[in-house]
Amino acid sequence: MTAVVYGVLYLCAAVFAIACVARAVLYAKAPIHLRWELYPVPHEEAARVQHGGSYFEQLDWWKHPPSFNLAGELSFMVPEMLFLKALHEFNRKLWYRSFLFHFGLYLLIGTVGLVVLAAVLTLAAPAAMAGSLGLVLHWLYMITGMVGGALAVVGAVALLVRRLTDPDLVNYTTPGDLFNLCFFLVAFAFMAAGYLLRGPDAPGVVHLTAAWLTFDTSIALPGLWSAGIVLCALLAAYIPLTHMSHFIAKYFTYHSVRWDDAATANNPKIAAKLAEYLTYRPTWSAPHVTADGKRSWADVATTNPWEGGKK
Amino acid sequence: MKAKIRLSEMSRRDRVPLTHVAKEELMPLPPPLQDPASTPDWKPLADKTKGAVECGLDDTCALNIPQPKTKEEEDELVKKFLSGLDKLFTRENNWTFLQPLVLTMEHCAKCQTCSSACHIYEASGQNEVYRPTYRSEILRRLYFKHVKHGGLLSAWQHGDVTVNWPLVARLAELSYRCNLCRRCAQTCPIGADNGLVGHELRKLFSMEMGISAKECHDNGSVLQLKVGSSTGMSSLVVKDNIEFIDEDMTEKTGVKVETPWDVAGADVLLIHNAGEIMAWPENPGAFAVILNAAGITWTLSSELAGYDSINYGLWYDDAQFARVAIKHAEAAKKLGVKKIVLGECGHAHKALSVIADRVLTGELNIPRESSMTLLRDIVMNDRIKLDPSRNDFPVTLHDPCNLVRLMGVVEPQREVIRKICPQFREMWPHGVDNYCCGGGSGFAIMSGNNFQDWRFQVAGRKKLQQILNAFSDCLDPSIPKYLCAPCSNCKGQFRDMLAYYDLWEKNKILYGGLVELIVNAMVDVKPGFIEWEWH
Repeated sequence: MTAVVYGVLYLCAAVFAIACVARAVLYAKAPIHLRWELYPVPHEEAARVQHGGSYFEQLDWWKHPPSFNLAGELSFMVPEMLFLKALHEFNRKLWYRSFLFHFGLYLLIGTVGLVVLAAVLTLAAPAAMAGSLGLVLHWLYMITGMVGGALAVVGAVALLVRRLTDPDLVNYTTPGDLFNLCFFLVAFAFMAAGYLLRGPDAPGVVHLTAAWLTFDTSIALPGLWSAGIVLCALLAAYIPLTHMSHFIAKYFTYHSVRWDDAATANNPKIAAKLAEYLTYRPTWSAPHVTADGKRSWADVATTNPWEGGKK
Repeated sequence: MKAKIRLSEMSRRDRVPLTHVAKEELMPLPPPLQDPASTPDWKPLADKTKGAVECGLDDTCALNIPQPKTKEEEDELVKKFLSGLDKLFTRENNWTFLQPLVLTMEHCAKCQTCSSACHIYEASGQNEVYRPTYRSEILRRLYFKHVKHGGLLSAWQHGDVTVNWPLVARLAELSYRCNLCRRCAQTCPIGADNGLVGHELRKLFSMEMGISAKECHDNGSVLQLKVGSSTGMSSLVVKDNIEFIDEDMTEKTGVKVETPWDVAGADVLLIHNAGEIMAWPENPGAFAVILNAAGITWTLSSELAGYDSINYGLWYDDAQFARVAIKHAEAAKKLGVKKIVLGECGHAHKALSVIADRVLTGELNIPRESSMTLLRDIVMNDRIKLDPSRNDFPVTLHDPCNLVRLMGVVEPQREVIRKICPQFREMWPHGVDNYCCGGGSGFAIMSGNNFQDWRFQVAGRKKLQQILNAFSDCLDPSIPKYLCAPCSNCKGQFRDMLAYYDLWEKNKILYGGLVELIVNAMVDVKPGFIEWEWH
């Protein structure tokens, strides 16, 4: 039984990692698109970020060295990632629910990190963990785990209720959307129940994690807790296969689309990519495009089918 | 609340429109248009139109797609649509927008945050069909089903959709119920872009099926590539017109006005939206007065498309877009100018400065600059003498989406106006949070059937509300008011919309560009450049 749980954990961790990387690579390898930025762009100079301005506001902008305001980007990104700033600004009703859910998840991810750290230290430096460090880590993961779990569950219930009752969402809610939220609730419920009701002889989370890391199958896992662990592992593996992987997509929607204001002039990297794309052979069928699968984008773009009054 | 129109209704086989837009259900307007009964009635679609073309979406029709005669014809069109859908998601056909499109397809959380940002959805009284996610959810479901070849599990996860000709025809029309202003995208917490979806759908219909708005394609980019301008003006005609404008401006300002043509090695190649030359000649005239007075070495070009900055391909077709952008760059290259300066045209700004930046490679990547920036330099550095008291009337500023939210040129025009207009007041919201005029993405030039009614009653309604609110303290017709719109398409929308609601006659709200305000304040020209006459 324990070995099966370990196997599921290893497998799901691998699926999660591979699916995340595959998705990121898919988006990263997409061609550089035509510029499609949206202002404000926070890495603009601070004075311009205030009103959403761009380098186009400068006379002879190409004579000025390109600037990159890292502080500007960070001051946008950190509140967005931690507190869902855009949702707070544009959809407050949803933010109350979504923030609870997401912040709960962040705390739970932190909990997993703390537990793994404690397990590694237990294996590598048991003496250190026997002292105050172990106690601090214990309370940290207990607090983050309990608070995170509670917030995530309350948030998920609130989101589910909204999905089921808000007339604006009915048209757009699929069975999959409802399943996703229910999956979180069921997995967390089993995990919480399994942990809280595990009994005095069951291992603690650090002990369990250390055993998992060393593939020590000698520990006995209660059935309910095993179910909770398996469900949470399956949930982790499932997320990057769905639109819930927006934690990956968001990097690209912001950095590669909204904020991509890189000019082509004096940018050999972009120029080389464009040179490649202009050799692509489109197959659009409308006659005016003059694409036949043999002519390149460069041919199409430099063809004027109507030059000299031709029809 | 209006009944929700389900996504599945897009596939309904009858030709009864999915929705009806009633005046009473629209977002209320402030005085003097607070009573819906006092606003113009919506002209119904002619029976002949309803019997001949596809108009099963709402009360209007933008595309005039002929109704197929047989089932085989319908099937063929659906097949073509699905073939275009596939191409939309390939590198070879759509490297231009593949990455943002796939991200939008795969990660919209359907939270509807974007809906409250959309001026069309809000102004329509929250009509479900105009919700930004309505059209994108249809495309999303088609993507998972037909591009990703999703089966039952995918339908369960992403939702299902039945593709048939009625759905395709309605989707084509629906792609022309969005101004592509991308205000929705600005608010998306994930960064999905439901505005892009409208753009990509238009592209699919144009580049695969040859379906587009006649005003944008046949009378737009085709005419421009054929004779040099979407106005139909050849280089000979445009030179004649400019000569006439120069004479008129000389008389009007008391300053000798001469527009230079084809000056090799000039510092600036100025490209106007040629619509200005036809509809608002005082705008290119004012540019000439200012540039000459400031001592700028500038020129116009008589090359094909070199005297018309419009690029309607931006809204519906990548091939047409690239062709026109290249023509603009070639005109500048031929003259060997130091930079291209774009006149008062928002979409031309974005098209040539931003979007075409990754089309114009090598020597064609000639620096492009906004006239707002150049004008700011001239005005703020006192290169011309100005008397703000000549502009002592209420002025508000419209932010063209393409210039502001989509290009980040926000402050230069404001600095100028603050300096020369003592009664300047902002609309709210403004800058990058502005609302579209309702004429964006080609609507300003589209007036077939009763499309204008939709354009003024729905698409332009939010902007109309903003204008009336900005002038709420001075609506009395004894006070002339100036709506500054540094964009030809926005001006076209304002000209038609203000006339539609009779706001010039009743409230003396005039519209115009930025350069007219500058020349009106110039000490060295005769007073009264702005004539307070409807045009």
